[in-house]
Amino acid sequence: MITLLNVFSITAISAGAFFFFAGTVGLLRFPDSLSRLHALTKADTLGLGLVALGLLPRADSALSALKLIVIWALVLLSAASTAQLIGRALRQSRR
Amino acid sequence: MSILPYIDIGLALLVVGIAGTTIAARDQFAAVVGYVAYGLLLAFVWIRLYAPDVALTEAAVGSGVTGVLLITAGKRLGALKNPAPEAQPPLTLKLLIGVLAVLVAGALGAAILLLPDPPPSLAPEAAAAADSAGAGLGNPITAVLMSYRSFDTMLEKLVLILAVVGVWSVGADKAWGSAPAELRQPKATAPMVFLAQMLAPVGMLIGIHIFWTGANAPGGAFQGGALLAAMWMVIMMAQLAKLPRIDAQWLRVALVSGPAVFLIFGLAGEVTAGSFFAYPHSLAKPIILFIEAFMVLSITAALPMLVAGPPSERPDR
Amino acid sequence: MTPLMLAGLVGASLVGLGLYGLILHPHPLRKLLAFNLIGNGVFLVFGIVARRGAAAGFRFDPVPQAMIITGIVVAFAASALAVAIILRLSAESGRVTLDPEAWTKPNGGDAT
Repeated sequence: MITLLNVFSITAISAGAFFFFAGTVGLLRFPDSLSRLHALTKADTLGLGLVALGLLPRADSALSALKLIVIWALVLLSAASTAQLIGRALRQSRR
Repeated sequence: MSILPYIDIGLALLVVGIAGTTIAARDQFAAVVGYVAYGLLLAFVWIRLYAPDVALTEAAVGSGVTGVLLITAGKRLGALKNPAPEAQPPLTLKLLIGVLAVLVAGALGAAILLLPDPPPSLAPEAAAAADSAGAGLGNPITAVLMSYRSFDTMLEKLVLILAVVGVWSVGADKAWGSAPAELRQPKATAPMVFLAQMLAPVGMLIGIHIFWTGANAPGGAFQGGALLAAMWMVIMMAQLAKLPRIDAQWLRVALVSGPAVFLIFGLAGEVTAGSFFAYPHSLAKPIILFIEAFMVLSITAALPMLVAGPPSERPDR
Repeated sequence: MTPLMLAGLVGASLVGLGLYGLILHPHPLRKLLAFNLIGNGVFLVFGIVARRGAAAGFRFDPVPQAMIITGIVVAFAASALAVAIILRLSAESGRVTLDPEAWTKPNGGDAT
């Protein structure tokens, strides 16, 4: 049972790392600032969610697991708001 | 267990590489963004050096608030005048400076590789201070900051206030007493308001928690205060609160309260515990937490004022 | 190469990089960034001294780490003061450079 949890953790964290990598590829390859912003925000928050999910079985206590989820929720909130603000600034600088 | 050296080497290369791009970048905004990223990676290095308190401070103050300061400065500088185009110095001068930098770095590196063995340590004195600070201060760094080297910490708070006074005094004479210039354009944007309304309460709770838990676990007054200061800045940027006038009484009391309470307890230690800045043994931990609470108030007031800058003339005065 | 020696070499190279940028860049904000890099390099040297001083049951020596925390906050305060002075200097003089050549040119040179 313990090794099953390890496999789950490794899979989730690897998937999260893959999404981070995909977001970075999008940052480097997309032609436009807005599309790069889109790629980064979506891929990074999803990647962080998968990493947090993979770390959940390894948390010491329920409180630590809850803290991991709160961290992910806070990053989700700030990444989404920041992406909106950057997009607004990009659109205004185009006019 | 053998993957860790590769992570260390990769982290070291990344830190030096990003620092190099910060120096070599053409665009000033890119340099500042590189500096913020470098600060966050440096927090990782601190974790690898078994220094979680320092990692928290670096991520909060060294990278976070300094990043806000530099970006605000770049924006205000860009708004003032067109910056002069960078005149590149001649190649021989660059080579000379490069040789000087390599010499200094090499000397420092040699000094590090020749550090004395066995290494001297002040940990026993610090452990004694943690015990004498009474009843289980589990975090030795808080014990050092608030008991073993308490005078240094009080002087550091005074340095923060001196910096605030210095920043305020740079403003124009006729603007004295008014509020600093706006941190963002004076129209509230919806995503910023949303972020402030959702993030600020949670952030304040987390800041107070980091301060409170600093007695026994990594954390402390500076880290918690920096987080609270960041939340206040987010609220001010969302135009949900105005920047205070610098002659506001509550602002000045909040700024001074930290070192004032510290000094009062230090002087009282002369009477109650026999020497300047000593705490009575049975009351040491509550006194330390009480002083730290006022320190958090002081830091929360000082850091946004440092970022906001000198008072500026308002058109409606 | 132990992690401590690696961190120490990172600190030394940060000091070197910061010194190079401090002397080279004429723009005052870039000089401030380079100066902060020098400060961070010095903090790293303190950090390895703290890690090497592991004794008395701790994994580190807390006194240098407390000094680093103090140093980071004071470095931020100094940066804020420097930024205020730079902004005021630029507003009064119209130039955004600390290059000594630019100041001696008679109201021209490479400043607008």
